[in-house]
Amino acid sequence: MNAPAPVEQKRTSAWSMYRSIVGIGAFCALLIVTVYNATAERIADNKARFLSNAVAEVLPASRSTIEVNLDADGNLVAASEPANLPAFLGFGDDGELVGAVITAQGMGYADNITVLYSYSFDLDAIVGFKVLESKETPGLGDKVEIEPHFLANFDALDARLNTDGTALANAIVTVKEGEKTQPWQLDGITGATITSDAIGAILNQGSSLWLPALERDARAFQPPQSIEE
Amino acid sequence: MALKQVSPTDEFIKGLWRDNPVFIQVLGMCPALAVSNTAINALAMGLATSFVLLMAGLSVSLLRNFIPREARIVSYICIIATFVTCVDYAIMAISIELHRALGAFIALIVVNCLILGRAEAFASKHNPGRAMLDALGMGVGFTVALFFIGVLREILGSGTLFGVDLFPDGFQTWTVMVLPSGGFFAMAMWLLVVNWIRQREADARKRANERAGEVAS
Repeated sequence: MNAPAPVEQKRTSAWSMYRSIVGIGAFCALLIVTVYNATAERIADNKARFLSNAVAEVLPASRSTIEVNLDADGNLVAASEPANLPAFLGFGDDGELVGAVITAQGMGYADNITVLYSYSFDLDAIVGFKVLESKETPGLGDKVEIEPHFLANFDALDARLNTDGTALANAIVTVKEGEKTQPWQLDGITGATITSDAIGAILNQGSSLWLPALERDARAFQPPQSIEE
Repeated sequence: MALKQVSPTDEFIKGLWRDNPVFIQVLGMCPALAVSNTAINALAMGLATSFVLLMAGLSVSLLRNFIPREARIVSYICIIATFVTCVDYAIMAISIELHRALGAFIALIVVNCLILGRAEAFASKHNPGRAMLDALGMGVGFTVALFFIGVLREILGSGTLFGVDLFPDGFQTWTVMVLPSGGFFAMAMWLLVVNWIRQREADARKRANERAGEVAS
């Protein structure tokens, strides 16, 4: 019995492989860049609107804002370009300074948590809070965004500076649910311990960085000039 | 023996029920279980995946004679990743909130085995018309399945549907349903229902065949 003849397979040329891979790569690059260019402006608008809405939510009294930054010496200066974690000064109807809004970030249970919170110069306290970005466990960690007793912490969370104005007088810390005794303590959430602890650490870190400069320099800033003027 | 000719309608319909990618083929489980904690997230992920499925199917079918066998996987992945990137930009342009809710899972559509599977098994062997019908059917089947899982999880886990409260204040939500493990529970419940219906269909067909055999004899 004769053995079956080997099936001769046609060998693919290197040229046809180069042609298809490079051709598809070029087509894909063209498509991605086209879509990116077509959507970039809209995405930037959406991000700006989202941030602007969030700022208005945590500092409802503000009618206009300016973005500020810290220079190398730790002084407050008007931001020349949008920062990764921006801070804003909010001005009221009559151009008076009504507060500051700070963005801060830190590690939660699953990933980094980015929050936005407002500071009142009159009360020396944090008076508004919103989670900007979080990948915490749905139903547990994300309770920091909706749990009423946790959000009640931000009616006036004490963030006063020491007598030198160089650091927080009392570190902001999270305590176990129901054990809050001091105005600078955050009443935590049972079942979201790591996330609520992380929020305390993020607020403490952000406030330690920004509040000394804000208290020292913010009152020298003027509200932005409106376009009509 | 001549191959049975599949009509265009059958090409579309098969993805909805007979070969449903989630309930029958059990493909693409990562997004199906991870993002389906609410109905709106499930719907958005289903639509995003369907778009990528459709565009990847069309592109692979159009280029099927241009792509050599040896370079097919890298070519398909490149095509799929491109459309996923476009969807990512499109969702950000539509709504930043929706983009935040879907998180990292949009990027993970690239490695959804359903899309690569249909490109390799179907689109690379059929004309663009049939490839699109197949992708459309699979996409709709995937979206509907994800939506069913999302509805069940949101109702039981949060007591809401599309964010609207369904129960009185005293209702105790099943928190486990919005956790990752809840995805498995919801999936198991739907698989139970789907398999029960399929079993009934198979039994009915068997009885009809037996009756036909008795009449013939």
